[in-house]
Amino acid sequence: MSFVFYLLAALTVAGGLAAVLLKNTVHCALALTVAFAGLAFLYLNLDAQFAGFAQILVYIGAVAILVVFAILLTKGSETPKDGVFSKTWLAGLAVAAGVFAVLGWAVLQTAPMLPKATPAPAVTVGQIGNALVDRYVLPLEIVAVLLTVALIGAVIVALHEKEGTR
Amino acid sequence: MQESISFTPQLAASPITGILWLIPAVPMVASGAMALLKQAKRKTAANLAIGSLSVSLLLSLVAFAHVVSNWANGVATRETVNFTWLQFGSANVDLGWVLDPLSAAMLVMVSFVGLLIFIYSLGYMEHDENFTRFFCFLSLFAGSMLGVVIANSLLLLFMCWELVGLTSYLLIGFWYQKPAAAAAAKKAFITTRVGDVFFLLGIVWLFSQTGTLLFYNHGAGSMEAGALSALLTQPAALGLTAAGAIGLLIFAGAAGKSGQFPLHVWLPDAMEGPTPVSALIHAATMVAAGVYLIARVYPLMHAGALTGGTTTALTVVTWVGAFTAVFAALIAVAQNDIKRILAYSTVSQLGYMMAGLGMGGVAVGMFHLITHAFFKALLFMGAGSVIHGCHEEQDVRRMGGLKDKMPLTFITYAIGMLALCGFPLLFSGFWSKDGILEAARHWSVARTPFYMLVFGALLTAFYMTRQVAYVFFGESRGEKTAHESPKVMTTPLAILAFFAVALGAIGTPAWPWFRAFLEGGATRFDMQGFAEPGLMLLMGTSTVVVFLGLGLGWTIYGGKSPKAEEPDALERAMPVVWGWLRDRLYVDELYGGTVIAFYGWWGRVADWLDRRVWGGLVAGVAGLFAGWARLNRFLDTNVVDGSFDKGCEELSTKGGLLARVQSGRVQSYLRILALAVVVLAAILIWSSRA
Amino acid sequence: MTPLAGFLLVAALLFSIGLAGALTRRNAILVLIGIELMLNAANLNLIAFWRYGPHPEMLTGMMFAIFSIAVAAAEAAVGLGLVISIHRHANTTDLDQMNRMKG
Repeated sequence: MSFVFYLLAALTVAGGLAAVLLKNTVHCALALTVAFAGLAFLYLNLDAQFAGFAQILVYIGAVAILVVFAILLTKGSETPKDGVFSKTWLAGLAVAAGVFAVLGWAVLQTAPMLPKATPAPAVTVGQIGNALVDRYVLPLEIVAVLLTVALIGAVIVALHEKEGTR
Repeated sequence: MQESISFTPQLAASPITGILWLIPAVPMVASGAMALLKQAKRKTAANLAIGSLSVSLLLSLVAFAHVVSNWANGVATRETVNFTWLQFGSANVDLGWVLDPLSAAMLVMVSFVGLLIFIYSLGYMEHDENFTRFFCFLSLFAGSMLGVVIANSLLLLFMCWELVGLTSYLLIGFWYQKPAAAAAAKKAFITTRVGDVFFLLGIVWLFSQTGTLLFYNHGAGSMEAGALSALLTQPAALGLTAAGAIGLLIFAGAAGKSGQFPLHVWLPDAMEGPTPVSALIHAATMVAAGVYLIARVYPLMHAGALTGGTTTALTVVTWVGAFTAVFAALIAVAQNDIKRILAYSTVSQLGYMMAGLGMGGVAVGMFHLITHAFFKALLFMGAGSVIHGCHEEQDVRRMGGLKDKMPLTFITYAIGMLALCGFPLLFSGFWSKDGILEAARHWSVARTPFYMLVFGALLTAFYMTRQVAYVFFGESRGEKTAHESPKVMTTPLAILAFFAVALGAIGTPAWPWFRAFLEGGATRFDMQGFAEPGLMLLMGTSTVVVFLGLGLGWTIYGGKSPKAEEPDALERAMPVVWGWLRDRLYVDELYGGTVIAFYGWWGRVADWLDRRVWGGLVAGVAGLFAGWARLNRFLDTNVVDGSFDKGCEELSTKGGLLARVQSGRVQSYLRILALAVVVLAAILIWSSRA
Repeated sequence: MTPLAGFLLVAALLFSIGLAGALTRRNAILVLIGIELMLNAANLNLIAFWRYGPHPEMLTGMMFAIFSIAVAAAEAAVGLGLVISIHRHANTTDLDQMNRMKG
């Protein structure tokens, strides 16, 4: 476990925590961006360069921007008067804690059986491209359709309808 | 003298016997027709009534002539026409009529006296608005009385007997608006009913023992030798034979109808009816029906008697009759209503008739019945004439001096009164009463009835003199002037007066025509008849008694005219006894205290039972059902509906509770999802743990 | 502790944080943020297993993760579009107030 890993892990976790804990919604979105960045570096640490760059491009470049747009369009920058946490926040926290407990326990239980360090795989973008059109052509096409549908759907859902046709 | 003619073998029915049934039927049909007439049609009603009874009289005379001619030829008439009315199983119920000397004589008497009274009623009821109804009832009565006379079947006799009682009720209560009249009618009907219950028992018993209700049926009838000997062998209670017991039961019925003690209480009250009713029904005919009944069933009453002896039944009849004779005569002494005196006199004379039947046989009793019918009807009609003339006054103390104002009434009344007293030789009453006294003198059981009857004769003369003195002699104490009655009322009086004298001729010992006629023997006028030992002494005794009574009466009451408010002369002498007599010896009070009171109490008990016990039971059952219904409703609303409603409510609330899971909030759904995943994961991991 | 275990723990932690955020925050957009975090944690898991798994040359893990990113992007777009539409309608993004679908 190298020092880089710990650093990046801490960064990501801190970003995630900030994303859910901060009062100002825009700050949350920005913290999310930091978390995304941390995750991208973690991918790079894992020798998944394409995934890391894809993460930066898509998540930080699109999703985070989208989130910010949504926040601004829904007046999310205003602080709600009842508080940012819902009435049943404790139950949710407990459930989440339970989930972490189970997952952590699972990991620690099987920790001795997990494989030790292995040599880094040499993956090229050309290999990924070949795999996309060779082995994973069906998922590729489906994702293409999905993206099209999602695009159209999002537009329709968010379309501002004219007055009188509500 | 000819030998006694035997009544067997029975003659075949002659033509007159064949149509004998018309005699009662015609007046009954006339009555039915009159029932449909309007009250205004008086002339039609009168014509119907008198016409129908004239037809009956004519036919009765024809029948009588037939019997007389047979008798003159030495043949005894007993012709019957019988037919079966009902049949159940092997038993038959037969009806029929009989023509023999007894019924022939009675037919003539009833229809003749009845016709005279009908004619009298034309005048008496002229001012009454219910004229038609009166004659309708009178005709019905005449028809049913004639039916009693000719009946050969005990059942037919009983049916006509009840009809006679019914018409008596209707006629006593003719002026039904008067409460006294309605009460008297009810009393008459109920009292005679008591007697009739025993009568019916007797009939049923006779039918069950002999199998027939016919009197004469060619040897098979209940009054004929075969049936009677069978009855004599049957023992009943108290040492009586069946014959004796049945005879006593039938006598109970006769006692009710003929006013013997203790069932006499209705007769004086029956004077509430119009006077023609009193004359016809309660003097001449209906009350005589009881005597006639005993005469009819005399073979039964007499069965088993040894020669010269008598039976228990006849002994009872004699004692009751003798007692009634004296009892009623005593009460008559202290009465002040003109009709009540005559009513008690009737009761007394009926006692004489019963005693005569008991001691002397059919001829003795029947002769007195026939003579009594004539002079008593005469007396009542005369009293009616007096009442009419005195403008409806009935108290003798307010009359007086009428012999000058109503001469015809006075003469005929005097003739009737002397006949009743038994004035010697000239009047029929003397001969008929003497016949009874003669029989009493020879009675084998005891002498006491003889002395009682002699005392009764004394009293009869006494109270009749008192009455005549009050009514016709002295000064007028009435408020208004009296006047003589119209011819239509006085003519029947005259006719009856004639017969009151003339009938004596057929019953003297010198020429016992009537007895011979009834018993079927031969007879002729023979002064030797008076030579019988003790007869002259008896005639002398009764003469002395009559004159004693007349003299006593005249001494105390004759010529004086006490006012109504003053006490009677005899009352001043013995006030206590007078008080008893005037209050009719308290028989009515006795009944009121015992029987009536008992019925009143019983009625209250029955009412209480009905209302409290049965009514309570019914109410209880109803309440039970009501309660059950209420319980049902309660169960239905609360338990059934309630449980159903509750169930639905529970379902609803629990469903509501469950629906709260569906909060509509995404985060809670997510939470639950996450929880489920956790649990699932935990299970999986736990299970895959090596 | 192997490196893989470390990565898995981090992923688990990130997942829990994202879940906690999705469950406790009022604002609908923050729920979506939480969901994005969860998806990313899952991606991390995938990449970690690809790296330390038996056959990395098969590129299975990497491909899975790439597709996951694409789908997540599409889902974020649609989801945020929905939030914007709801906001237009109810003038709020408070999830506590959006309970018209409650039973």
